[in-house]
Amino acid sequence: MEEQLFKDYEGKLTKKIIEEVKAEVKEQGLTKDQTKKVLEYLKEEYDTAKISPGEAIGILTAESFGEPGTQMTLNVFHFAGVAEVSVTQGLPRLIEILDARKEISTPSMEIYLKKGVSKDMAEVKRVAALIKETKLNEIATEFSIDLTKLQVEVQLNQHRLKDLKLKPDQVAEALNANMKGVKASVNGEKIIIKTKAEENELMETYKIKEKSKEVFIKGVKGITQVLPVKNNEEYVIITAGSNLKDVIEIEEVDETRTTTNSLFEVLKVFGVEAARQNIIREAQRVIEDQGLDVDIRHIMFIADAMTTSGTIKGITRSGITGEKKSVLARASFETPLKHLINASIIGEEDDLNSVIENVMLNQPVPLGTGLPELVTRGKKETAKEGKK
Amino acid sequence: MTDVFIDQRFVGSVENPKVFAKKVREERQKGKISGTVNLAYKPELNEIHVETSKGRVRRPLIIVENGKSKFTAEHIKKIEKNEMTWKDLIKEGIIEYIDAAEEEGAYVALSETDISPEHTHMEISPTTILGLTTSLVPFANYGQSSRLNRGSKAQKQALGFYTANYLQRMDTDVNLLHYPQNPIVRSFTYEMSAQHRHPAGQNIIIALMSYEGYNMQDAIVLNQGSIQRSLARSTYFRPYNAEELRYSGGLVDEIGIPNKEVKGYRAEHDYRLLEDDGLIHPEATVGEDDVIIGKTSPPRFLGELDEFSIAANKRRESSITTKNNEVGKVDAVVITDNEEGNKLIQVRVRHLRIPEIGDKFASRHGQKGVVGIIVPEADMPFTASGIVPDLIFSPHSIPSRMTISHLIEIVAGKAGALSGRTIDGSAFASESEKDLRKSLVEMGFRENGTETMYSGVTGERLKVKIYVGNMYYLRLKHMVANKLHARASGRIQLLTRQPIEGRAKGGGLRLGEMEKDCLVAHGASLLLKERFDSDKTTIHVCEECGMLAVYDDFRNNRFCHRCGSNVIINVVEISYAFKLLLDELKALGIAPRLKLRNKY
Repeated sequence: MEEQLFKDYEGKLTKKIIEEVKAEVKEQGLTKDQTKKVLEYLKEEYDTAKISPGEAIGILTAESFGEPGTQMTLNVFHFAGVAEVSVTQGLPRLIEILDARKEISTPSMEIYLKKGVSKDMAEVKRVAALIKETKLNEIATEFSIDLTKLQVEVQLNQHRLKDLKLKPDQVAEALNANMKGVKASVNGEKIIIKTKAEENELMETYKIKEKSKEVFIKGVKGITQVLPVKNNEEYVIITAGSNLKDVIEIEEVDETRTTTNSLFEVLKVFGVEAARQNIIREAQRVIEDQGLDVDIRHIMFIADAMTTSGTIKGITRSGITGEKKSVLARASFETPLKHLINASIIGEEDDLNSVIENVMLNQPVPLGTGLPELVTRGKKETAKEGKK
Repeated sequence: MTDVFIDQRFVGSVENPKVFAKKVREERQKGKISGTVNLAYKPELNEIHVETSKGRVRRPLIIVENGKSKFTAEHIKKIEKNEMTWKDLIKEGIIEYIDAAEEEGAYVALSETDISPEHTHMEISPTTILGLTTSLVPFANYGQSSRLNRGSKAQKQALGFYTANYLQRMDTDVNLLHYPQNPIVRSFTYEMSAQHRHPAGQNIIIALMSYEGYNMQDAIVLNQGSIQRSLARSTYFRPYNAEELRYSGGLVDEIGIPNKEVKGYRAEHDYRLLEDDGLIHPEATVGEDDVIIGKTSPPRFLGELDEFSIAANKRRESSITTKNNEVGKVDAVVITDNEEGNKLIQVRVRHLRIPEIGDKFASRHGQKGVVGIIVPEADMPFTASGIVPDLIFSPHSIPSRMTISHLIEIVAGKAGALSGRTIDGSAFASESEKDLRKSLVEMGFRENGTETMYSGVTGERLKVKIYVGNMYYLRLKHMVANKLHARASGRIQLLTRQPIEGRAKGGGLRLGEMEKDCLVAHGASLLLKERFDSDKTTIHVCEECGMLAVYDDFRNNRFCHRCGSNVIINVVEISYAFKLLLDELKALGIAPRLKLRNKY
């Protein structure tokens, strides 16, 4: 009996709501009449929460972002003496998110560690050092060229090596693995880098010397800075640079909570649903940091629009705006000539279904009061009257 | 080794840059090297730049040596006795001029008490950290820096007495304040910069309170009685010019009342203000678009058009009229010659500007506002002694802007007005607030500047004490009379058929992109269409080819240039701007075709 009642509401309410009511009804032991009352009330609330047809949600969202955007400050306060990882904030960051830039200006991660290690400062520091990318010039004191043997000699910084728990032969190994065409060997405290090529020139050696400075030795690629920060009881590692894929493979890292602000890395590692969530999270963070308030539904709407295609597309002429159906709408956004000429080449048609085209033609826009149309069955003659 | 450059040219290097720099400076102070030479040592670049070129901005500073200022009380005495001049101070190496690059390496103390052994210079006065106009802001050291900027900007826009020979001048856009006053509260730079000969404001009584909400959001309330007693009145002058130009072929413009045959002749009524010489007489009242100078010009294309029309040979009317929206009285008429020897007529029109709602006023502390209401004197609040404020200022303008200097000027102005003296409000060197408060008490006023006030409307005593005092107020040049604009219909642009832009031409007020978004967001679709109807047109479309067809109004038939008259041609209403777009696309070689369909 009760099952039937719930079935009646399928389609009127969402599945999730019905499931929740079912569970709650069972727990509270409500009668059928009471259950019906609950469902009826819920339906009413659900319907009022829905947006009415013809509501200009796109413009509303744009205005809801645009208005606080004018108040955002470009300069963010910094605190003297406090260790910080500088992250782009405010309007530049918001633009970056909405444009879905592949290369963001300050990639950064928040690395959470597994429960066992996250509260132990020494452990956290060890993991942080493990994650940080180390290049050869960070652990070397001097690079010199032996003119007689035409080889590069690298003097290593013993203190740094100790801190990083590195041995010279490990450094040489890393050099051999990550640098092409050279052979590195240990000679006491020095590392000798030689070219594998038969013929050797001074200029070549100089190039090797310069190249070797930037060779990756240890850590996770791309992470240039690490900063453990206390966050209610446990430590979180904030980084400059982002490499989600490699970081979550580290044993101590809690991959369920670790995040990055790079939308495309999330897309690559966790898929488009996670990327959508990340857009919402990042956009909301920018807005909250500025002390502003934008309804989350606007942000969700933008995130949905950006990700429905299965990948992230920005609101740019190469992204979702460029995929608008209407030629006139695209032409009114950016690079009008390009769109008009391409449209003429393939003979595109514009159905004038959207807002901007109708504004251009001075026709009622199909929104609000312009949306409803009255259909009457006219006499057959009136249809012919058009032909004169 | 440090490289040395003279005027950006490399000349050599020195072993010890610090010693070198010190030596050069010492020689300069001794007068062995010209005082116009400046040296900048840049340790981060390891370079020394010596500058002798012209065009550098330099400023004087007192030299400090071993933690001691070289300028002593002895020098002050000598200067007071006229035994020493500015030049002597420079000659004796007490004061030197520093340019921007050298200043980078200097450590300048603000006052004598701040001097430490590291200091190299000292300011002559702490006021010198401010510019000329900013230094005129009284009690500037009590204000927020951004407000000082705005305060000095306001002073530049204030109406005043810009020159004494204004009657002989033909300047454009001139405003003159009637009865300008010197401020009671002023800084010592006021007289120094001869400001007292060009005052630009008036001392008025100001009360800090709200008045029925007419002074919210920076608006101000003005006392009508004060205005009738000519508070902040000004005159606006505008010159109009006409020249008897000479054209090729010995033709000239003629100044005089145009005769009726002239092409473009206005109605006889329009020339009523002109005298026989074609000029308006002084003190004539002129309205909008009245002819001031009658003038005719020779025909435009002489000769060529003769064969086709007789009309073309006529002289053209080219009289000078007053501008749109501008009225007044003719102040002066000048007949003279210009550099080319052409006859030149200049007519100056004057207009009395009595403060009205919407006119802009400001204090010297970046507190600007427009008049929100003008209240009859009887309705203004008054103090126990019967003082009625000239202006009511909203207290909400104070906390977030932190213009403490504004508040102090009120106390200072009050003390100054009551004791009949000027108050020194120089930044960092002003009369102390304590003394000002004390002098108020001595004169029988409350030391914090507040007074009991009574409502002018009901006569009831106000429940709180009101902060009243005297302050220097500026009338700014932005007046509604110059800005008020509205239009229902009027001229349109030839190309787009949309209304023209600008107040002077009687243009429309644009409903812009973002305003459009607002209407869309509200779903007010039909209102939006109606608002954009300014350039609507009907076009005829050939249903065969989708291109524009022709409607021959004379024969009442429609045809398409391509498909002939045997096709269906329909009428659509669109914006002219879109028709223009279609035409421009065609010019690009793109064929935009309209496929008509009944929408319903």
